[in-house]
Amino acid sequence: MVETVLFVVFAITALGGAISMVWARNPVYSALGLMLTMFSLAVFYVSNAGHFVAVVQVIVYAGAVMTLFLFVIMLIGVDKDEDRSEDIPFQRPLTLILLGLFAGGVLVAGARAWTTGTVSPTEPVNGTIEAIGESLFGDWVLPFEVTALLLIIAAAGTIALAFFGGDDEEGGS
Amino acid sequence: MTVTPGWYMALAAVLFVIGAAGVLLRRNALVMFMSVELMLNAVNLTFVAAGRQLNLLDGQVSVLFVMVVAAAEVVVGLAIIVTVFRRRATASVDELAELKG
Amino acid sequence: MVAVLISLALLLPLAGFVGLLAFGKRVPEPWPGVVATATVAVAFVLALIAAVDVFSGTAVPETVTWFDWLPALGVQASFLWDPLSVLMTLVVTGVGALIHAYSIGYMHGDERYGRFFAYLNLFIFSMLMLVLGSNFAVMFVGWELVGLSSYLLISFWFEKPTAAAAGKKAFVVNRVGDVGFLVALMLIFNAFGTFGFHAVFENAPATLGTGMATAITLMLMLGAAGKSAQLPLHVWLPDAMEGPTPVSALIHAATMVTAGVYMVARTGALFQLAPISAGVVATVGAVTALFAATIALAQFDIKRVLAYSTISQLGYMFMAVGAAAHVAGIFHLMTHAFFKALLFLGAGSVIHGVAGEQDMRKMGGLGRAMPWTLGTMTVAWLAISGIPPFAGFWSKDEILASVFGRGGPWVILWAVGLLTALLTAFYMTRMMWMTFGGTPRWDDGVHPHESPWTMVGPLTALGGLALVGGLVNTPWKPALEHFLHPAFEGVGLAELPGGATPWVLAFVSVAAGIVGIAAATRRYRGTMHVEDSGAWKLLNRGYYVDDAYAAAFAGGGGAAATWAAESFDGGGIDGAVNGIARLTGKVSGWLRPLQTGLVRSYAVAVMIGTVGLLAWFLTRGGF
Repeated sequence: MVETVLFVVFAITALGGAISMVWARNPVYSALGLMLTMFSLAVFYVSNAGHFVAVVQVIVYAGAVMTLFLFVIMLIGVDKDEDRSEDIPFQRPLTLILLGLFAGGVLVAGARAWTTGTVSPTEPVNGTIEAIGESLFGDWVLPFEVTALLLIIAAAGTIALAFFGGDDEEGGS
Repeated sequence: MTVTPGWYMALAAVLFVIGAAGVLLRRNALVMFMSVELMLNAVNLTFVAAGRQLNLLDGQVSVLFVMVVAAAEVVVGLAIIVTVFRRRATASVDELAELKG
Repeated sequence: MVAVLISLALLLPLAGFVGLLAFGKRVPEPWPGVVATATVAVAFVLALIAAVDVFSGTAVPETVTWFDWLPALGVQASFLWDPLSVLMTLVVTGVGALIHAYSIGYMHGDERYGRFFAYLNLFIFSMLMLVLGSNFAVMFVGWELVGLSSYLLISFWFEKPTAAAAGKKAFVVNRVGDVGFLVALMLIFNAFGTFGFHAVFENAPATLGTGMATAITLMLMLGAAGKSAQLPLHVWLPDAMEGPTPVSALIHAATMVTAGVYMVARTGALFQLAPISAGVVATVGAVTALFAATIALAQFDIKRVLAYSTISQLGYMFMAVGAAAHVAGIFHLMTHAFFKALLFLGAGSVIHGVAGEQDMRKMGGLGRAMPWTLGTMTVAWLAISGIPPFAGFWSKDEILASVFGRGGPWVILWAVGLLTALLTAFYMTRMMWMTFGGTPRWDDGVHPHESPWTMVGPLTALGGLALVGGLVNTPWKPALEHFLHPAFEGVGLAELPGGATPWVLAFVSVAAGIVGIAAATRRYRGTMHVEDSGAWKLLNRGYYVDDAYAAAFAGGGGAAATWAAESFDGGGIDGAVNGIARLTGKVSGWLRPLQTGLVRSYAVAVMIGTVGLLAWFLTRGGF
């Protein structure tokens, strides 16, 4: 019962955040809407026994990533409202049709079954730090190490862009 | 009336479509980027819900990986946007059409 | 011992070639020539030492193997040291050394002095490889290499367009013959599974049917005709006179052009099995001899007279080897090498003396200014005219006697040969009178002078050889015949007619020579005759063979090439290529609007793909 109430309340906030993000003319409002959605998702993670993931969602996404977004928005100017005319022919009707088909397809399929496969372990999952850590450094240790590499590359790329990008004279980007 | 994982997944599908609409319709690079983040979050939600339904922790581990990739993507993507802005003083992707054939 | 000696004799000129090619430019003038002459002279001495046992008749033919060249075909780089190759080696290195020495003076002041001697050394090496090879493969390599050096030396003064064209012509015409040789090689390998002379000749009677033998030998004959400038492939040799005169003497008179004769003689065992081919060889030889002799009657360029004379004399040799008188053919090859090299070198000396003039109409009266040249050339003139006891008499007479001795239709060939002998004496006498006799006709500012001793010396040496060279094979002491006989083992050599016939024949041919000399003397002594009758023009232009070839092959080939270049390549190939390019361009033009450069359009495309995948997944993906 509690979960139902939580789901309804936060589903509404998530959808509201998402729609306002897409709708808002000012990117700052978009960012705030996205942040709202992310908080709602963190609540859903908790109700799905994903405690650690929920914490990470709040700290990394709603915290760090969105802060970064806001930072950039402030950096490149918030005062420029976007006009809503559409220059690309058929972009809007095409989007409408395609997304309608997609959502319809997914929901119709989901009405039959959302997941396939069998439920093998009888014990329900519990996403504690211990459980996640065991899994991450056990079965998934190799992908985990690869992500470390990915982050280093991303950091290096960013530094390269910051140093050599931007100004025409320097080139190299 | 109990909440089944299917509810979450339906909600995720709707969020995904909203994100996709943001990518397809908005021309501000930052908003497009946020829409991509929204799509990733929607997928994350399906992972968690599916993991719960199948009694598997792997769903949540996948979420962590998606987050890492998204974080890397955000860092590089924002750096690119800032760089483009420094050169062109615009954040509108429609004005960046040099590759027009 | 023999192996070391002839290996050295082969490698010395090669070393000279490599060394002179590398350093010839940096060494001051006489030294490249001296080095080149020394390598060939030493090679001659080595060959002479190696030949001692062969001369005494105690040595068996020896094979010297360097290495397995083509193991898959069982071909070895090996060389044969038998009487025939001994004789050829001595002629090549001996005459070659004299001509090298002569070139030291003749090429004085030339821009590419070192390069010239490098090429000459390359030629000597190639020619030795040709005559020493103990199988067809090595012989073929030598065959091609002499063709290459001939090409390089004919067009040595390549700044002159005529010289460059002459080199090309020689190369191309030789290729025609080489195709024949190559086909013969393939047939031989197909029939015998080996290239070795010994194995091929030994098994030939058992292996080859008459048809196959005829095919092989006709193809060999085509190759020989190309190299030895026989009809119808004779056209390159007169043009080859564009090269320096020592080259004409060495390559285009004494040695390389006789390679065809050598080849026919060497493969005598095969020709023996194919009487038709032998008849073809003899007939081609006789016709060429007469044909070229008539053309030589009407030439003004002193070197062209000698060139046609060479063709004519080579015809004699072919007549001999066609009649299975191999010894007589090789004998004439040897004496011809002496007196024709002498004639060419003498002509070179004359040309040298009158500042490069080759037209006999601008000579005359040179005898007083060039006594040594006159004297030595007189010997050669009498030798080629067949006057005893000079060298040419013995060999030419032996050929005629052998051909006559075959009887039957061969007598016709003998008659042709006799007529040719008369014409030979006539045109040689004409040349001598026009050059040395009569009144001076040279241009103002030309001061005829005798050539330096480096040129006169070889002339004198060759004069001596032309004088006594024929005595190695006289009817009463046929030393050469005995010497060469082992090389033609198993070949039925033509016999000289018995009784008094040879004496009668000798008398007749000497008489023909004297008649020719007398007639020419009457006509050309004193003033110069310039004829311009139609027949004379026909001869002067060489029966218009060159013009016909130019029209048929060069013209036809040119037209075909033009068509191929303009219509086929330009229209067809280029058209196809350009068409594909245009098509691609057009299609790209149509597809171009898809590349809008707008990221969101691409995003729509991605979405279309996503929806498509979803549809596939829902309908047939097993969901």
